Amino acid sequence: MLNLFAAVAAPKMAGFAITGELLFFAALAGLAMLSAVGVVAFNNAVRSALCLVLNFFVLAGIYFTLNAEMMGITQVVVYTGAIMVLFLFVIMLLNLSAPALLQDKNDPKTAVGMTLGMVMFTLVALQVLPGLMSKTEPGAVDGYGSPVNVGRALFTGFVIPFEAVSILLLIGIVGSILLAKRRF
Amino acid sequence: MAEWYDNLHPVWQALIRVLLFVGPLLTMVPALIWFERRVLGWFQDRIGPNRVGNITFQKKDKWVPEFLRGKKIRLFGLIQPIADGIKLFLKEDITPSSVDKVIYFLAPALALFPAFALGATLPWGPFKGLTPVADVNIGVLWIMAISSLGVYGVVLSGYASNNKYSLLGGLRSSAQLISYELGMGVSLACIALSTGSLKLTDMVTAQEGPLWGVVPAVSNWNILTPHGAIAAVVFAICMVAETNRAPFDLPEAENELVAGYHTEYSSMKFAVFFMGEYAAMAVYGGIFATVFLGGWHMPIPVRWDYIAESQPMLSGVVSYFQWADFWMAPAWFLLKVWIIIFGFVWLRATMPRLRYDQLMSLGWKTLLPIATVNLIVVATWLLLQEVAGPGPALALSVCTFAALWIIFRAVTRLEPAKENFLPNREISMVEVKPAEKPEAPEAAVA
Repeated sequence: MLNLFAAVAAPKMAGFAITGELLFFAALAGLAMLSAVGVVAFNNAVRSALCLVLNFFVLAGIYFTLNAEMMGITQVVVYTGAIMVLFLFVIMLLNLSAPALLQDKNDPKTAVGMTLGMVMFTLVALQVLPGLMSKTEPGAVDGYGSPVNVGRALFTGFVIPFEAVSILLLIGIVGSILLAKRRF
Repeated sequence: MAEWYDNLHPVWQALIRVLLFVGPLLTMVPALIWFERRVLGWFQDRIGPNRVGNITFQKKDKWVPEFLRGKKIRLFGLIQPIADGIKLFLKEDITPSSVDKVIYFLAPALALFPAFALGATLPWGPFKGLTPVADVNIGVLWIMAISSLGVYGVVLSGYASNNKYSLLGGLRSSAQLISYELGMGVSLACIALSTGSLKLTDMVTAQEGPLWGVVPAVSNWNILTPHGAIAAVVFAICMVAETNRAPFDLPEAENELVAGYHTEYSSMKFAVFFMGEYAAMAVYGGIFATVFLGGWHMPIPVRWDYIAESQPMLSGVVSYFQWADFWMAPAWFLLKVWIIIFGFVWLRATMPRLRYDQLMSLGWKTLLPIATVNLIVVATWLLLQEVAGPGPALALSVCTFAALWIIFRAVTRLEPAKENFLPNREISMVEVKPAEKPEAPEAAVA
């Protein structure tokens, strides 16, 4: 345990050089972190949703820098382009605004929540970070996540889960049509 | 490519590629506005802006040189968009007091971003290294992804303006863009299937082959193949809807919504929306040209290489064409883009605006099924080609198409006859006889 903690607290910096790539990654990662904080920090629902959009977009940028273009573009198509638009749509239709009157100045929930969050973060970090510390590979191998490879994997090794998911989606579509097409 | 260019740092190379794309695009926007206004004028039997930039020299002024006296320099109003731009710069920039300020300022930028980012995978010439900006293996997906971001500018401007008409415009636009993205994506998927690649450069290369794999003298432009023609029509309609152009300009329908999502925007902020729309038009034109019209090749689908081989006595003439095909590629590409833009303007000049329910039923009930059927047919065709060879494959895919068509007709027949209008819009054109008239309210009171 102590060893692990030492690994987190004092990473071996010898292998790192400050390169343009690292700076670019730092900029993207910092933006992603800031926007992630913004999602929970803003009172205004639209601002939070926009921060989430930015977060997803920057994450896609990080995937691009790691040579995982397919992954990044899927992130943009699915989350930034489709799901977040629906989020915004709903927020605007409900006209959610900052609940000014319900704000409690000395809310114990904030402190408890932050503490629990930090504990959770530490637990996850202790599990994840030591394994990543020694990795210096700047990106995936060229063509690792290319559309061809992804398609081939989906239709050979993962064909049953893939088809199961597509049937699940079909059920979802049929269900939504049934709900929407109720006869009056 | 020149050696000095290859020796540059990749970042500088990328910067040059971006400038070579964005510079011409920005220059095209004013020209595009002038072109649209003049063509609209022509369609509507009026003159259009033809004055700004004309200089008439006086006949008897000592300051005018001899050879210029009484002469007139005509620019056909080409300076008009620049004059408009200056006007927009100098106008008062009004920010209404109750807007959501941050988002209000952010929205025009978000509307402009996708228009320029969209062309990142678009090749405008055969020059490797100079174009496209990023030749990644997800070219078509990139187009889908970035065009789906176009919603944000419109929705956020509608929301931030704190105006009910703007909000309605924004909501309409998000529904419209989401609906038409599907048809667009599926029609692009057909081409990606038949090409076997998502790269736009590969699509251009695939269109250099012989037509249908059979006619060696004609190049295989996707619009000349059966599935490509259907996909092209679907894509063209979706393209117009995605750029919010007439007849799909519901988000800014001025007779219902004042000016829709940009009602509260003035001065440069409005100009930025305007620029975004026109830049998107140009980029979508480029995408259409690349995917369906043979990309940067000469606008006649002839395979010069084959002709030079098969007709050696013509090789002298053909070599000129080959030279032009290669070195004048940006000009051909631009020519195709302008033809498509003319199509945009043509649509705007001739089609009345759609009603909202018509828009939705066109997108979901017409374009998406057609594109999906097309995709199934293309997939069947490709499979059969691998199994049975090209001849039977063509016949069988035609049969597939016929079968799907019959199923479609049968399913639509099963449904009860549709009302083509909303019931509350119904107006009885036959006069009601006095005897059948409902009782007057006074009688009820009495």
